[in-house]
Amino acid sequence: MKQFLLDGQPVPFEDGQSILEAARQAGHYIPSLCWHKDFPAHGSCKLCIVKAAGRHVSACATPAKEGWEVESATPEMNGERRALLQMLFVEGNHFCPSCEKSGNCELQALGYEYEMLTSRFRHFYPDRPVDASHPDVLLDFNRCIFCELCVRASRDVDGKAVFALTGRGINKHLVVNAESGRLGDTDFSKDDLAARICPVGVILRKGPGFAVPIGERTYDGQSIREQKLKEEES
Amino acid sequence: MSPAPGSPPARKLRVPTTSLAGCFGCHMSFLDIDEHLFELVELIEFDRSPLTDIKEVGPCDIGLIEGGVCNAENVHVLRAFRRQCKTLIALGACAVNGGLPAQRNHLSLSECLREVYQFRPGIENGQIPNDPELPLPLDKVRPIHEVVRIDYFLPGCPPSGPAIWKFLTDLIAGRTPRLSDGLLHYD
Amino acid sequence: MSALPPNPAAPLQAILRRHGHDPSALLQILIEAQDIDGWLPAPALTQIAAALGLPRARVEGVAGFYSFLYDRPVGRYRVLFSDNITDRMLGNRALLDALCRKLWVEPDKVSEDGLVSIATTSCTGLCDQGPAMLINGRAIGQLNHRRINEIAELIRQQRPLDQWPAEYFHIDDNIRRRDALLQLDMLPGAALAAAVARGREGWLAEMQASNLRGRGGAGFATAVKWASARNAAGTRKVVVCNADEGEPGTFKDRVLLNTCADLVFEGMTLAAWAAGADSGFLYLRGEYRYLRPQLEAVLARRRTAGLLGKGILGEAGFDFDITIHLGAGAYVCGEETALLESLEGKRGTPRIRPPFPVTHGYLGRPTVVNNVETLAKTCLIALEGGAAFAATGTAQSAGTKLLSISGDCAAPGIYEYPFGVSIARILEDCGASDTQAVQVGGAAGICLAAYEFQRRIAYEDVPTAGAFMIFDGSRDLFEVARAFVHFFAHESCGFCTPCRVGTALLRGFMDKLNDGHGAKADLADIDWLDRLLKNASHCGLGSAAPNPVIDTLQKFRPAYERRLVSLDFEPAFDLDAALAEARQLTARDDPGAHLQTHEEDGR
Repeated sequence: MKQFLLDGQPVPFEDGQSILEAARQAGHYIPSLCWHKDFPAHGSCKLCIVKAAGRHVSACATPAKEGWEVESATPEMNGERRALLQMLFVEGNHFCPSCEKSGNCELQALGYEYEMLTSRFRHFYPDRPVDASHPDVLLDFNRCIFCELCVRASRDVDGKAVFALTGRGINKHLVVNAESGRLGDTDFSKDDLAARICPVGVILRKGPGFAVPIGERTYDGQSIREQKLKEEES
Repeated sequence: MSPAPGSPPARKLRVPTTSLAGCFGCHMSFLDIDEHLFELVELIEFDRSPLTDIKEVGPCDIGLIEGGVCNAENVHVLRAFRRQCKTLIALGACAVNGGLPAQRNHLSLSECLREVYQFRPGIENGQIPNDPELPLPLDKVRPIHEVVRIDYFLPGCPPSGPAIWKFLTDLIAGRTPRLSDGLLHYD
Repeated sequence: MSALPPNPAAPLQAILRRHGHDPSALLQILIEAQDIDGWLPAPALTQIAAALGLPRARVEGVAGFYSFLYDRPVGRYRVLFSDNITDRMLGNRALLDALCRKLWVEPDKVSEDGLVSIATTSCTGLCDQGPAMLINGRAIGQLNHRRINEIAELIRQQRPLDQWPAEYFHIDDNIRRRDALLQLDMLPGAALAAAVARGREGWLAEMQASNLRGRGGAGFATAVKWASARNAAGTRKVVVCNADEGEPGTFKDRVLLNTCADLVFEGMTLAAWAAGADSGFLYLRGEYRYLRPQLEAVLARRRTAGLLGKGILGEAGFDFDITIHLGAGAYVCGEETALLESLEGKRGTPRIRPPFPVTHGYLGRPTVVNNVETLAKTCLIALEGGAAFAATGTAQSAGTKLLSISGDCAAPGIYEYPFGVSIARILEDCGASDTQAVQVGGAAGICLAAYEFQRRIAYEDVPTAGAFMIFDGSRDLFEVARAFVHFFAHESCGFCTPCRVGTALLRGFMDKLNDGHGAKADLADIDWLDRLLKNASHCGLGSAAPNPVIDTLQKFRPAYERRLVSLDFEPAFDLDAALAEARQLTARDDPGAHLQTHEEDGR
């Protein structure tokens, strides 16, 4: 079987497999936010950035090549990942203590994984009003990281295309499929895949909040690295 | 262990602490290091702090700042800490990213003050306080690293007692502090 | 679910019909629909979505991507001042302010009577005759206070643009130096006849022999691209001419399209002949929309002459035609995969590569994307042969290069040189003196200081898509870099984290220095951001965005250092100003109601 070297360790792969997929399958963690095993690579968050044959590439969107030497868990790459996380934290309003997703949030868990102690840069504090118009689901745009998983899930799986991105650059933002701009005016349902796929705290079920006590949430007892590799095995 | 030749004689590190736009929750958590406090006071002595009642911060080694910067007085205190401390630490979520108080940042200050002092149900002829004794609020709440240079960050709402203990013992021992093994939390 | 939208009004229906209700024509439909009211009201988006069978959110997403599409009303006269650094050097800001004053309107707002709105836009490609503006999509150059006064009066009188003095809209070619391409006087069809006579394989062999490389900047071998598309599986192959000339300081494609459109279209047809393509698109940047009528006329003539359509030049099976697609104000669409997305009526977000356009391009078909100048050059190769072409220029850079020269020189305009020409020679030819720096290749290019002027224009030394902006000793290179950083932040598509946030952060740091809050620590942060943008960005926009800062920090560092107010740390904002709102609310002005901006002042 063909293989490449990830931080010096051989990783077997099949033709067409991305560096990230092959690595995870072989039990090596490369971080990601926008990547999802059931969807084609997206390549926007850049957390999976690695150095392959000396060049920076997205591990999720780059097909593995025989004999490549790939650097991932190096101080340099982890430093860049930490900076990318810091960017995501300053561009939105991420106040973990008051977020229901805290403890189950992938962005937060990656912050822990890469020992992000400060968001370092100037906070943008954007004004992004929440949308509580839907009976079952709340949208808190303050936490959006533009992974487009809800966009893709709603369009490709739910067959509804409830979400889309508009605007450009730092003004890019999520919109819903209604002239009113309100989720309550779309055909969105709490049973949609898009209602469950958000890696951060944008799309939240209404009803009892903070139900799972601190200490028992997804990333309280285990790191995102352990959790994701476990998911890979199952 | 005897000090190396030429190095200054061993002395306790002076540590001031304060809470700016914070809730003193981080200070309460500090007290959660419990019996470690006895070890700690062998190594440090407190300067200005809610624990000492010293009013002005003097020359110090390691300053701990809880809370973000929401008014003019916070700026004065923070600057004084920065001037006096060799090392300054942002302690807790509000100091690190503005925290709960910064959630007013998407509102204008006028809206906030008018709502609170003038238009709230039950208020008649309410006035926004203008006593010169009161510090004026800034238009936005800022994390402290946007106002002065900060050397270390210890996030958490609040950071746990063990996290604070680990951080301080690392620092006092001359190690770059690291929060490993589940000590790092943002909530 | 929303109720069904009412039927579109007749003008919108006509637009939808003309485009066959084709979802891939969404951008074109939006551009035309906007002509009805000058902006795109929410119900119009709903109607367009319903008529095309697209989710409304997707239509909103596309409409929100392009600078020239508006989701709120604009003035009946919509004035956009070109805001390239060269326009700024020629005083565009003072002219903008003057026009705003005369018409009682604030920048970026609409006048109360809805008559006029005035704003800035990225480089409009008139740097040789700036300061320039677009008014309702039509270009006016050589602005000065007299002309601004006249324009204010014409707007006040609500005179239709067609009745404005024609000389306003006259755009000069300013061709200052001609070489092989600009000297070519070709009868339409001559190059095509030569290529057809050689057969498809023979023609491709000539192209291979020519060593022609892409003139868009990247320098990929054109023949390799054509051959790859030809060999790619799939039918209905496509040739796209990239006329999204958005790189600040570049305007040679505008001149080629204005005076040599036949060469460009003939080049596209030559590409189609080689690659076996049957459809072609000219992706024309929205800023050049005023060229469209004359370009359509050229296409019509070529169809009549049998140079487009079915059985071109009587060759059975050689079917090819060209459609013009308009952009709508998005620099990133110059990136070829973003351009393809835009052609398909989507947001101009660069795709993941591989697959490359030559195998999976427009609507998944094998697609050749070439620059305007590249395509025009292929006519020379068809007429004179590949070997003759390869014999000119330098070893790795065959042929000539068109340069768009602007900035501090006596004779700005278009200069065609064989590759290998030195910077010093160009500066001499265009009458530049006391030159401090030259920005070659536009904002994304390279900033050369005087000690580098012996370097040469060539892929192996200083590659360029053609922009050549000159800055004399009176210019501040920090201001130049800051203008480019603003440009990139404005034009970032926002797809990937490093570019979306990084360009905004970089803009913040440059403004911090500019606003008198600079500290030494900022320079380290700028360095770090530069590296991250370069390494981690999804496409060339993000990785090129830090170039102006990297170059000027290296070569003109004092321009940054003299802006530092602290050698340590300084807040990015004015602390005393941050109390202004509270002072106003409390009517206080006592000493305690103020903060020293710099801590040192208070000591």
